[in-house]
Amino acid sequence: MTNTIIWTIAILTLLGVLLALVLFWVARKFRVEEDPRIDEVEKVMPGANCGGCGFAGCRAFAEAAVKAPNLDNNFCPVGGNDTMAKVAAILGYEVSAKAPQVAVVRCNGSCANRPRVNDYDGAPSCKVKAALYSGDTLCPYGCLGCGDCVAACKFGALSLDPESGLPVVDESKCTACGSCVKSCPKGIIELRNAGTTPKNTRRVYVSCMNKDKGGVARKACKAACIGCGKCVKVCKFGAITVENNLSYIDYTKCKACGQCYFECPTGAIHVAGFTPKKVEPKPAAAPAPAAAAPAAKPVAAAAPEPKAMSNNQNKEVGNA
Amino acid sequence: MSNILVSPSPHIHSAVSTTSLMRDVVIALCPALLVSILFYGWSELLVIAVSVASCVLIEWAVTKFLMKAPCTISDLSAVVTGVLLAMNLPATTPWWVVFIGALFAIGVVKLTFGGLGQNIFNPAIAGRVFLLISFPTYLTDWTIPNGFIHSTDAVSGSTLLGRYAEGGVEAVAGTDYLQTLFLNIGGSAGEISALALLLGFAYLLVRKVIKPWIPLSIFLTVFVTSGIFYLIDPSTYTDPLFNLLTGGVILGACFMATDYVTSPMTTLGGVIYGVGIGFILMMIRYFGAYPEGMSFAILIMNMFVPLLNRWFHQSKYGRK
Amino acid sequence: MRKVTFSIGGIHPHDSKLSRDCKIEVLPLPQTMYVSMAQHLGAPATPIVNVGDKVLAGQVIAEPAGFISAYVHSPASGTVKSIAPRADITGRMVPHVEIAVEGDEWVEGVDLSDTLVTDITLDRAQILERIKQCGIVGLGGATFPTHVKLNPAPGSKAECLILNGAECEPYLTSDYRILLEKTREIIVGAAIMQKVLGGCHTVIAIEENKPEAISAVSEALASLPYSDIEVLSMKKRYPQGGEKQLIDAVMKRQVKSGGLPISVGAVVQNVATALAVYEAVQKNKPLVTNTMTITGDCLPVEKQHNYLFRIGMPLSYIAQVAGGVPESAAKIVSGGPMMGKAISNMDAATVKGSSSLLYLSEGSTRRHPASNCIRCGRCSDACPMGLEPFLLNRLNKAGDLEGLEKASVQDCIECGCCLYSCPANIPLLDYIRPAKAQVMGVIRARAAAAKAAQGK
Repeated sequence: MTNTIIWTIAILTLLGVLLALVLFWVARKFRVEEDPRIDEVEKVMPGANCGGCGFAGCRAFAEAAVKAPNLDNNFCPVGGNDTMAKVAAILGYEVSAKAPQVAVVRCNGSCANRPRVNDYDGAPSCKVKAALYSGDTLCPYGCLGCGDCVAACKFGALSLDPESGLPVVDESKCTACGSCVKSCPKGIIELRNAGTTPKNTRRVYVSCMNKDKGGVARKACKAACIGCGKCVKVCKFGAITVENNLSYIDYTKCKACGQCYFECPTGAIHVAGFTPKKVEPKPAAAPAPAAAAPAAKPVAAAAPEPKAMSNNQNKEVGNA
Repeated sequence: MSNILVSPSPHIHSAVSTTSLMRDVVIALCPALLVSILFYGWSELLVIAVSVASCVLIEWAVTKFLMKAPCTISDLSAVVTGVLLAMNLPATTPWWVVFIGALFAIGVVKLTFGGLGQNIFNPAIAGRVFLLISFPTYLTDWTIPNGFIHSTDAVSGSTLLGRYAEGGVEAVAGTDYLQTLFLNIGGSAGEISALALLLGFAYLLVRKVIKPWIPLSIFLTVFVTSGIFYLIDPSTYTDPLFNLLTGGVILGACFMATDYVTSPMTTLGGVIYGVGIGFILMMIRYFGAYPEGMSFAILIMNMFVPLLNRWFHQSKYGRK
Repeated sequence: MRKVTFSIGGIHPHDSKLSRDCKIEVLPLPQTMYVSMAQHLGAPATPIVNVGDKVLAGQVIAEPAGFISAYVHSPASGTVKSIAPRADITGRMVPHVEIAVEGDEWVEGVDLSDTLVTDITLDRAQILERIKQCGIVGLGGATFPTHVKLNPAPGSKAECLILNGAECEPYLTSDYRILLEKTREIIVGAAIMQKVLGGCHTVIAIEENKPEAISAVSEALASLPYSDIEVLSMKKRYPQGGEKQLIDAVMKRQVKSGGLPISVGAVVQNVATALAVYEAVQKNKPLVTNTMTITGDCLPVEKQHNYLFRIGMPLSYIAQVAGGVPESAAKIVSGGPMMGKAISNMDAATVKGSSSLLYLSEGSTRRHPASNCIRCGRCSDACPMGLEPFLLNRLNKAGDLEGLEKASVQDCIECGCCLYSCPANIPLLDYIRPAKAQVMGVIRARAAAAKAAQGK
């Protein structure tokens, strides 16, 4: 009995030592020399491997960042400035802060606004649908509603609203990695600065991609941009341009005053993060923004939801 | 009139569906089921009923409450698993043992891997082997209960293979092969009548549900392997015909080894898979501890299926 | 008679040739016609008429805009009303010339009589030029310019001209009808193409489910003075009419991946193209007409038709002449049910390659929800190119372009056999099609890069 126990222990120990030696030898033999900084950089990365930076994953990003002479081509949209500051500290590079961004869906072709003229019966994929035909509405530019962007989002920030059939961005989850932008065959989703300054979250954007002439666009969708140019005229900051019957707001110039929102006859312009206050023209010429802001604040606190506003907007359109 | 449909081509679909294929398998098993019920009576009917009912119930419950996935019982694959499991069990198996087998087959082997199409092992066989290891006494109790036609006093019999494993070739000398072809009393429902099973096999071939290559390569390998051993020493090894007609060869080859999910896709892969099953089966029968090895042979070869699928591909056009 | 077929895959859908006994009727001209500038494979043609111009039927209204492109002719006489983008059957905007129809006056030199001209007087170069001038394109589906196809690159020799009369798509009967009603014209067209190709062996291949067509062609062949043209009966099987499958069936040769049919000495032309070639070369008549089938499983047989239409007729007009769109039509397809395009815009106009208006009922066409792949391998059994659609689908999901190329996704002919036969209703081809396009793009980019590197 004792003998058996001794033998067992002896053999197992011997085996253990032998295998340890083998492992040691293999580890030595096949060791890959690597810059230790790659591991360090990878440690401070978010680790989502989303590919939003343009590299295959966080490890690939780290490898590229270590090799590169500066960080111009490396920016982690998910980790943002904080992560990049850490990366820069490890590698001893300079880094310039970028404004935080958020994905914005530029289509308001809900089932109510944009009636369906046929039923798509193919594979549930925007890519497949876009390759097949102009879509199940009369608007060939708008959202196809199969949710390729939802599938592409690794952070669960996108979902399809069953009522409108459009994707909705959960801004608290969106990291602006850009996967959805790449996945959308219609190019509807855009990464825009989350606000006019890093502190606030005011945003104004045109929620339409329709480049058809006004009448055609309007026939396809009640909420389409008809390229009338009223918003261009009302904008004091030169942030709005109309090209191919479609208005676009340059988010780097926009000060989020919201005047274009009131001017838009179809409700194609959406605001987020604040409730704009309509400025009456002329008499109170050049109302100090400081004066307008406090007045706007309580309202913004009461109804900060952009959705509620777009509903109002639709009503106005209906009456018009 | 509702909107017209639009989809990529093709615009028509064959009438064959997963459900229709599974239905065909159940139909093909009916002759053998009928024979076994006639000869084993109420107890066999109970085993079948409990097996099918619990398989379906477990699939429904697991998909609904645990996986929160769409319910898949309407594709009838759970019914097929239930029937096959029942055909692998003695008629005297207590209902709760059958239920545990079904639980393992559906709950563990099939659904933990993601449901139909995802499992590595054939659920029915895995369930049977699980029971064989857990409850060997119930699974090798070949007491013959009273049937509807063949009324005998309940005798504790054993299968022909069991007799061979215990007593060698002399114990099974003088077996009437013609009788085993029609009616092979002693054994599970799936072993009772070779002819009824072959009838089902023919049905599957006619309906083009399966291709004959896997069963044929199993039969041929069993025949050749046992033939070689028989020629070497007829006093130790049973003859080829005995090996083909007894035990679970026909059920296993025609209905279990041909399971789409757990068999190779290509013909060549299928033939190698069949040869493997036949060879392992004969090794277990001649040299193993168990009298019958069809279940083990299939489970072992199931493991090689992904590899066979990787190695063998369809011959492509233009590569001659 | 020996019956041939291709060697890999294939399916046997019910042939549903409901309109087979409907004689070809000539459609009356509508008031307005819209002639698309993109009626062929390759670059859209450039309009050479202006708004307000008077045009005659058969007059050139657009010129080819590249090597692979084709002339477009006016289908009727009238006034050009507009030249503007207009939605095609898939709702995409394509430049169209709108013509207000005033009559059916043809340009000079076109022989509109029915007399059969059997003497081929033009020489090879003249024939090719005439085919080009008359805007002939392949009418089997791809609408590839015929003069390009009939003029293989120097060094390659045509050994066999195959006239494709397989019409393996269910429902369609237009090729069958012209084989019956224009038998001699088609044979003369074949002889013309045979002459262009240097007198190679010529086979008119027809599936066995059209015995009347086979006997009509055999009889006509006996009475015509051409040699080395034979008719071949093929087993009924889809996609027999696929170019690569047809070559395999008739010549027992297979075109290498990425290769052209001419690399194995084959030239394949549709029977409708042969008819167009006959009319162009012997009658000087440009391609402004073609035959189409109005059919479907929800259309009573007495309402089914085979029509001789002119290009530019709006589909809605044709549907209306034929008695309206049936209430129970769930899907309207242009082309066969396997490879045709679903029509989302009935206001679109017919093009040279239009071959049918197919009304399918909800029951036969609505897709069922997809379930798990059961790995039955039916898709790879059905694939006539010997591919493994289930694998391609998985690789595509994983975004593995290299794997897709290795698995030969670029060889897919988009015949639809995989999707048709999948018992789990997985839309395999829907996903494989864009994956193929992506891989083809990668291959082309690589080839271009290699060429550029060589140039240095």
